[in-house]
Amino acid sequence: MTEVSLSQVVKRYGQLEVVHAIDLEIRHSEFVVLVGPSGCGKSTTLRMIAGLEEISGGTIKIGDKVVNKLAPRDRNISMVFQNYALYPHMTVRDNLGFGLKIAKHPESEIQNRVEEAAEILGLGMLMDRLPAALSGGQRQRVAMGRAIVRNPDVFLFDEPLSNLDAKLRVQMRTEIKKLHKRVNNTIVYVTHDQVEAMTLADRIVIMRDGHIEQVGTPLEVFDHPVNTFVASFIGSPPMNQLEGKVVDGGKSGLQITLADNILIPVPKRSKNRVSVGQDITVGIRPDDLTPVGHGMKEDGETVSFDLTVSISEPLGTETILFSSIGAKEVQGKMLNPRPIELDERLTFNLAMDRVHLFDAASGQNVLGDANG
Amino acid sequence: MSVMTNIKRKLFSEQATPYVLLLPAVIMILIVVLFPLIFSLYTSFTGYKLTRPDTLFKLVGFRNYVRIFGDWDFWVAFFRTVGFLAVVINLEFLLGLGIALLINKITWGQRTMRTIMMFPMMFSPILVGFQFKFIFNDNVGILNNALQGLGITEAAIPWLVDGWLAMGAIAFAEIWMSTSIFAILLLAGLFAMPKDPLEAAQVDGCNAWQTFRHITLPFLMPFAYIAMTIRSLDVARAYDVVDTMTGGGPAGRTELLWTLIARTGYDSANMGMANAMAYVSIILSIAFTYYFFSKLVAARRYMGGAL
Ligand SMILES: Nc1ncnc2c1ncn2[C@@H]1O[C@H](COP(=O)(O)OP(=O)(O)OP(=O)(O)O)[C@@H](O)[C@H]1O
Ligand SMILES: [Mg+2]
Repeated sequence: MTEVSLSQVVKRYGQLEVVHAIDLEIRHSEFVVLVGPSGCGKSTTLRMIAGLEEISGGTIKIGDKVVNKLAPRDRNISMVFQNYALYPHMTVRDNLGFGLKIAKHPESEIQNRVEEAAEILGLGMLMDRLPAALSGGQRQRVAMGRAIVRNPDVFLFDEPLSNLDAKLRVQMRTEIKKLHKRVNNTIVYVTHDQVEAMTLADRIVIMRDGHIEQVGTPLEVFDHPVNTFVASFIGSPPMNQLEGKVVDGGKSGLQITLADNILIPVPKRSKNRVSVGQDITVGIRPDDLTPVGHGMKEDGETVSFDLTVSISEPLGTETILFSSIGAKEVQGKMLNPRPIELDERLTFNLAMDRVHLFDAASGQNVLGDANG
Repeated sequence: MSVMTNIKRKLFSEQATPYVLLLPAVIMILIVVLFPLIFSLYTSFTGYKLTRPDTLFKLVGFRNYVRIFGDWDFWVAFFRTVGFLAVVINLEFLLGLGIALLINKITWGQRTMRTIMMFPMMFSPILVGFQFKFIFNDNVGILNNALQGLGITEAAIPWLVDGWLAMGAIAFAEIWMSTSIFAILLLAGLFAMPKDPLEAAQVDGCNAWQTFRHITLPFLMPFAYIAMTIRSLDVARAYDVVDTMTGGGPAGRTELLWTLIARTGYDSANMGMANAMAYVSIILSIAFTYYFFSKLVAARRYMGGAL
């Protein structure tokens, strides 16, 4: 059983603290993905788990062993480095087999496992080349192969697909998923591609500036972002965020005024969480803002208003519609698309049961962490 | 008229410019390097004796070469030089590597250490020779004085009188003088070394020795080969230190190629013969240089042109 647990882990470089007392429990054979903007401390966290960075505070456990002072080689991990870190003087074959050779596996077994990894990663033709003679994407695949030929307790992947072309990336994503299914090791995976995060993760960890903002399954973080940062980070195209204010609508209950005199009711589940006069950021996923007759679910509570479409981006099965409310640009989605004329005015349905309300001052979801 | 303009046009055409500009340098090199080389090559086929200038024109064919190839003393000096070179270069490499690794580890005073390390290289080899001659002198040398003063030995050790000890003393002087070439080049290699393959090796399960053996050392070898090329040329021509410390003695037991050549050329005035030996020793130097250079080229491939 290989859980990985971080408690109150801090990383400082001199005076500069880059990871602030994070807590994270990773279960056995769980696939956890760390996402966040560049410089938020994803690699640092991963490297602390690997033992390549000393931790400045807190405890890291792998299995039931505290590994704070343990050398990387005693942690039984394998890692794909963000910058590949291939051995420049070894051929691809030797790069792949090096870890096994050091662990003194028999020659024939090394050969089999190296061939197998090369097969999965499409490196067959490159086995006798030196890293200097490989493209970025090829190097990245070698780095990947070097990790997967071994059978460690924990895999650590630092943006292992960032340099591959779109097609190869999708293919590799599938391979990683298959690998996980087959070997069932614990995986910690860093990416800033949120599609990768959503498709691979059992749970996603969203980081910002050395803090963990939210941990949850892909659907949890998508459906219940705890704050505006998570909301804008997960989902593509990103969630629309509109400034509004809670007003007392008399008989119709609490309402929120948006720019352009658009009024929407406060959803029932949020009724007791907001107060009159409160500044609110209203989060609307493009999927939930659809022209009448072109949405997915049109049952449930909806609000309709007219918007002028300034730009449309047809993607085939759907079209992204750009419009604006007040000065803010908003994006909507049109399913079963039809051609749109320039500056066409359309009536949009807003699916109220999926609208997110955030306190404008703190950015926190008014529902807190509750799943409701 | 038309011929002149033609030449002029060729001379000032764009393709010709680099050659025209290089011409003075090429001419100088020909005069300074090539002419003496050809001249000495020529004399190696004559019975030229410094005391009898007319012998310069007495061609003897390959007789000088035949004579030295049959000369026991020459071959002894030849193989002593090869052995000396092998021992000195390997020890310098090991010591230089050790020093470079240590200096790479310290965080404070690194620059100062690097500068101090250069000191031995700044001395003239003759000075180094005299310095060690006094250190190793069996009567007044400080080494024997120290050993006897501390009661480690009873009698004086004949450092420069015994053949093997003298060879060791000379090797010591060479090593003292030039280990820093290895140390500095290897240190430069360590500074240039990327850190992430080291990290990858740690994750792949290497301990400190394995990381050094499989990652650091292969990366440093090109730097070592450069130093070895330089030093093999130096040591194959070793003369000053040997001449000042032992003069090739006792009884020729520290005679290396170049002390033998100098003795043949100047003491015995046998310039033709000396030049023939010199040409054989040049072949030795070329062989070593070629060997290390091909090693270097092979090692450079993975550096991706970084060197
Ligand atoms: N050796 C170091 N000394 C000082 N600061 C560092 C050092 N290494 C990293 N940092 C800082 O730590 C922070 C986190 O870096 P980290 O590499 O973990 O980011 P990241 O989330 O992996 O970003 P990216 O997505 O760009 O790879 C950054 O602000 C970075 O500047
Ligand atoms: Mg990173």
